[in-house]
Order: sequence, then structure tokens, then C-alpha cells
Amino acid sequence: MAKAPALPSGFELPLEPRLPRIGSIDQVAVEERAASLARRSIKREAKLFALDLAVRMMDLTTLEGQDTPGKIAALTSKAIRPDPSDASVPSVAAVCVYPNLVPAAVDRVRGSSVKVASVATAFPSGQSSTAVKVTEVREVVDMGADEVDMVIDRGAFLSGRYAKVYDEIVQVKEACGDAHLKVILEVGELGTYDNVRRASLLAMAAGADFIKTSTGKLPQAATLPVTLVMLEAIRDVHEETGRKVGMKPAGGIRQAKQAVQYLVQLHETLGIEWLTPDLYRLGASTLLNDVLMQIRKEKTGNYQSPDYFTID
Amino acid sequence: MTDLERRQDRAPVPSGWDYAPAPEARDIVTLEERYGLYIGGELVEPKSGEYFPTVSPASEEVLAEVGQAGPEDVDLAVQAARDAYDNGWSAISPAERAKYLFRIARILQERSREFAVLESLNGGKPIKESRDVDLPLAAAHFFYYAGWADKLEYAFPHRRPRSVGVAGQIIPWNFPLLMLAWKIAPALAGGNTVVLKPAETTPLSALLFADVLRQAELPPGVVNIVTGDGRAGAELVKHPDVDKIAFTGSTEVGKAIQRELAGTGKRLTLELGGKAANIIFDDAALDQAVEGIVNGIYFNQGHVCCAGSRLLVQESIYEPVIEKLKRRLTTLRVGDPLDKNTDVGAINSKQQLEKIEELVRSGEEEGADIYQPPCRLPEKGWWFVPTVFTNVAQSYRIAQEEIFGPVLSVLTFRTPDEAVEKANNTPYGLSAGVWTEKGSRILSMASRLEAGVVWANTYNRFDPTSPFGGYKESGFGREGGLHGLEPYLDLEESEVRG
Repeated sequence: MAKAPALPSGFELPLEPRLPRIGSIDQVAVEERAASLARRSIKREAKLFALDLAVRMMDLTTLEGQDTPGKIAALTSKAIRPDPSDASVPSVAAVCVYPNLVPAAVDRVRGSSVKVASVATAFPSGQSSTAVKVTEVREVVDMGADEVDMVIDRGAFLSGRYAKVYDEIVQVKEACGDAHLKVILEVGELGTYDNVRRASLLAMAAGADFIKTSTGKLPQAATLPVTLVMLEAIRDVHEETGRKVGMKPAGGIRQAKQAVQYLVQLHETLGIEWLTPDLYRLGASTLLNDVLMQIRKEKTGNYQSPDYFTID
Repeated sequence: MTDLERRQDRAPVPSGWDYAPAPEARDIVTLEERYGLYIGGELVEPKSGEYFPTVSPASEEVLAEVGQAGPEDVDLAVQAARDAYDNGWSAISPAERAKYLFRIARILQERSREFAVLESLNGGKPIKESRDVDLPLAAAHFFYYAGWADKLEYAFPHRRPRSVGVAGQIIPWNFPLLMLAWKIAPALAGGNTVVLKPAETTPLSALLFADVLRQAELPPGVVNIVTGDGRAGAELVKHPDVDKIAFTGSTEVGKAIQRELAGTGKRLTLELGGKAANIIFDDAALDQAVEGIVNGIYFNQGHVCCAGSRLLVQESIYEPVIEKLKRRLTTLRVGDPLDKNTDVGAINSKQQLEKIEELVRSGEEEGADIYQPPCRLPEKGWWFVPTVFTNVAQSYRIAQEEIFGPVLSVLTFRTPDEAVEKANNTPYGLSAGVWTEKGSRILSMASRLEAGVVWANTYNRFDPTSPFGGYKESGFGREGGLHGLEPYLDLEESEVRG
């Protein structure tokens, strides 16, 4: 697939100015646009709508060396019923865990709507052979993961071996079977918005169901402008092919206010159709409690002590 | 089905996300019922005895009554300015002048929310623009020229910069306070005194500015503000004791002023209309270019002399650009200027709305295709839906005449030469935009475009350090930067050469 088809003579060349073209991103302008969207003022029922949506779109995440089945039990309980005192608060979309903890998570979410996502493919660096990565993906899917969060091979990408990156995604997608594939670009290592756009298109072309900003293991994780660049790539793919690819910013989203900003950006870039957990996720480990606090504040008019929200 | 599953089923399926109204509080502004003219440091009743109402274009609500300056009033204002010039202002130390300017700049910053609300109330522009653009830039202009006030000899080496005298300044309604700042700051920095005539429809921020001058303890008469319609402006222009006229407004009035001043020896700078080309090359960063197009023409409802009102798109990317543009237009929020989420506010006046409507009709009659996004407009007030015309020929009126509203005319080109030719084929020459990823092309376009300002991969970006002004019928003289001081200074060559 990555190689141009053999032609009788000559070589393959894109002949039409179609979207999605690789194109380029103007850094100053994209950051300005992202900042201007972040200044939207979302109040009252509009805010409550966003906060509720943020919960439903959340991939509640724990990716630590110290994760244990006990930790996963606490996390999944929180995922299923984030606010035990308010039954109208929905469950989150998924829990996101390391492969070893998939069985524990699958066991715990059974009977609920919460999905289990597992990172795989030598997360977070991706520095292993394709064979190892594919094996790992098969394993987590066999253990019952509904979603696989893979990392791209940044070493290959940055050295210009795009075909390698592409092939690997194709193979991982195959190994996923029915599981949804989220492709992590690790934007903090890509260096430019141009690269982010290129990697986004590459991942979507290779079959990604979602594209995702970051592993959360680097200080530079999701930002509003980088997410905007990815949303615009998704929009171009949709316009050209009709295919709807999902988006997952992850890392660094800790406050409800930020979550609302991400949702405004989504709303004004891809429209109402994308305002669903099927097409948008927020990857976060500490965001949920702040969202819950804000929901209760909107409903009761008062802020409540953090002691009223469980730490899991 | 478990409880939980049922709950998930009931989870709201988004059918729309209406942002709740987020209005900026209006009560920060206290309005008088009636305003006189600001002459000699005081608000005085006009000798003419005439007042006229000033309204909010978003609701047609009368905000206050404002004095109409007659010939006698203008004369008194010029006399006050002359007295202040002769008896102190031209002679105080430049560092003192700088102090006043710094003080004004700081007070503007401190009172910026109040001014922003008033500017949106009286002018119809979205609060996010008056808050994030007009006010910060107005303060920045005073800060910038404050810095020059005691450094004029360094600004103009081998010259002996001296003040000119009394400056008569006439400003438009699209950026009332910002245009005031552009005019007053360099005049005062150069040691001149001022009679300012704000636009008929937007006098309130200038009258509130009079209070800033009081707070800053600026000596009486250094700045005088005479409100009224064009008659007041005409009196100011022909007053024999005015040394310099600075006018920003329509080309038609600008020409009349120039005729009036011929042979009088008065100095004149004019900043007039425009019909700027915003040129998108096929290698441009498309999504950002589309933002630039939107910002170029829908910023401030298109009431911008340097608006990118003619879009020139390279034919090979015409379709994706137009698709993206139309889609983007559907997300523009038109409505209450005081709502923090409003992108496009009210049209400044009924008269301006009629002019826009007339030109848009002509565009349809001449055969251009019109696109307007679905849009609910408020019932009261003056509004116009953001509009795009495609299939526009260079000869159509909508491609030639300044509409001064949220109306974009789209033309195409094939080569850079053709882009330059079409861009320059206009009586105007105020500004232009170039969108390309190729640095060398930016430089070559900038040198070939006959426009005072050429923006590359951005649009409608202003800075007090950067001179602004036009070619051809867009006027002459520059405002902003070092160049902006020249019209307010007598730059005789110094005998002592360094």
C-alpha cells in the first residue's frame, strides 16, 4: 500500500488539487485562531451541556508503573459512576490502561457502558519492532480491550521513512480486528505543526479510527492549536472521502475550563456531528473531579469542598 | 437493562449547542443625558443651541444628546487651541509633554472596560473587538508617541523639529477612539494643540475621553472636541487659524477638503477609502488563509478602510477555498455587540446600511452569485448578513467601489503577474494581503503592489510603530511610526550638522 502502484511507465503523482493535500500550517495564524476560540464565554446551560459532554467523552486514564488491579478497581468504579451523589452525571467513555491491567479493567466494567482502552505498540516510545507491536495489540484485543491506543514510530517519521510509519499503522489496524484504533502522534516530539498535519493525514490514510495528540508522558502534550491542526486535517479527510475520523487530545487537560475550550473548538471546527464520544475523547487522569465540581456548582450555585469528590 | 444502561440511553444526544447569552455589563458606563462641546477644558453649551441624538445602532435606542458645533463654536475651539499653544503648550519641556501622554495612556488602560463597552454601545462593534483591539491599540498609540515626545531630534537627525501649531482633526466612525488616538497622540507629542471633530454617529467615546484629559490634568485648550455633522467639519477645515488638517474618511470628502485647502498653505494629510486585494496563492496554508479572509472583511462589520474586500484566489485552489470559506461563514455569530461571543455586530448607521444594500443589489443585478449563511438577525437595529459574491468580474461595481460593509467580492487569477495587475487595477491603494508559504514571493509581491500596507500571511494587524497610509486615491501622509510624526512637525534643516 505504501508503495506507488507499478505503472507501465512513469510514476505516481497527485494530479489534482484535491483535499486533503498535505499543505502546510501557518504557525502564527493557527495559534491566533485557537486563542480566539478559547475566548468564547460559555455560561449557564451551555456550560452544563459542555461539562456533561466532557464527562461522557472522557477516557479516564492511569498509565503508571505502580498500577495494580486495586487501582484499576477504584478507577473503573469512578468511571462508571463518577459522582455517587448525583445519578444524573453520566459514566465516562472509557478507561485507558496498560496491557497488563486490561483483564482487571474488563472484569470491572462488565455490564456498564464504559469501554476499556489499552495502550500498546511499545508505548510510549514505540521503539520496538513491528512484529512485537502487532503481537502486543493482538494480545490486548484477545484480553477484551475495546480500543487500542497505539503510538507512531516517531524515529521513522522524523527520518522521513513515512512508508514505515504507514505500514505499521496498517498492520496494527489489521491486528485490532473490531477494536477501535487510536493513533497517538506524540506531537511534542514532532516539532512543527506541518509535521502534525502530515502525521495526522498519514494516520488517517492508514486506517486510524481516532487520532490522538500525546502519550501524556512528555511535558509538551495536547494544546489548543495542535488540536486545531488535527481537527482541520480530520475535516479535510471528511470533505474529500466522507470518512469521519475521531479526535482525542490527551495530556495537560486538567481543568473543566480547558475541557470547555476544547469542546468549543471542536464545535466550531467540525460542527455538531462530532459532539459525541464516538468521535471525540478527552484523555485525562485528573480532569474528572474538576468537571464534577463545576457541574455541581452550576446545579447548586455553590462551590463545594474538594473533600466531597472522591480521589481514586 | 441495568439502571446504568438506561441512564446512558437517556443521555442527551446533541442536537445543537446554543451558547447562552454572555453580555458584558453595561452599567460600567454612566451617560449624561446631554453633552456639550469640550472647549478650553470644559464641556460647554453650543452657541448654536442645536443638539442631536446619538443612538445605539444595535437597538436604535437614544443614548444621549450631543451638541452640534456651529461656526461660532468651532471658532471658539480654535481660539482655545491657539491660546493654549501660544501660552504654554508649545514651550513646555518635551519631557513634560511626554508625561501627559503617558498619563493619558495609563488612564485609558485603567478605564479600558468602560471605554470598550461605550465603543460597542455607540458604534455597534463586537465587544471582543473593542476590548481586544480598539482599546489596547489606542493606549499603545499614546504610549508610543509619549516615548518620542522628548526625542524628536533623534527621530529626525540634522533637522530642527518644531511644532506646527493648531491641528484640526476629523475622524471617522469605524474606530472612534482608536482614530482619536492616532490623531491626538502624535500631534501632542510634537507640541501642537488640537481641535478634534468626531464622527456624527459616534461622538460618545471622544466625549468620555474629555474626562480622561481632565483626569490627566492636561492644560485647558490643548485638546478641544467639537461634535456635530459634516458642517462642523467643514467649518474646521476652512478656519483660517488652523495650521494643519488631518482627515480620515471617505475619498469624496477628502477630495473636497483638498480643493478647499488649495492655496491656503495649510498642511494636509488624508487617509481615505480602499478596495484592498487579499491574494491567496495555491501554496498558502489554506485554513489559516481562510481565517485571514474572514478577518480581512468581516472584522468590524467590514467598516474598515483597509478591509480585504476583494479576494483574489489562484484559480487552481478556487474550489476548496470557497468551500472552506462558506463553511466558516456559517460559524460567524452575528448579533448583540455587547455579547462576548459576537463575531459580527451592527451596521453603524441606517445610512450606511442603505449604501451596503444598494451595492449588494447592484452586484446581484450585474450577475454575480451571492452567498449568505443562514443567520437570524435581531429585529431592531441595523444589520447585514456576512456576504460573499463569487463570479465577480473586475468591471462590476462590487469589485470597484468601496462597500464598507461585510461584503466580499471574489475574483480569480492564474499567475503572480495577473494577481499584481488585478490588485493594482483600482483607484485606491491603501492595503493588500498576500498568502503564500514562499518567502521570496512575499517580498516580490510586496514591492510590486501599490498599497501603503502589505500584510503577509496575516491581515488587519496594526501596531503603533508601523506607518499606515495610502497610495493614489486612498490618500497621502502616514499615521503611526516615525512617519506619523512628520505631518505634525516643521522639519527645517538644522544649521549644526552632527
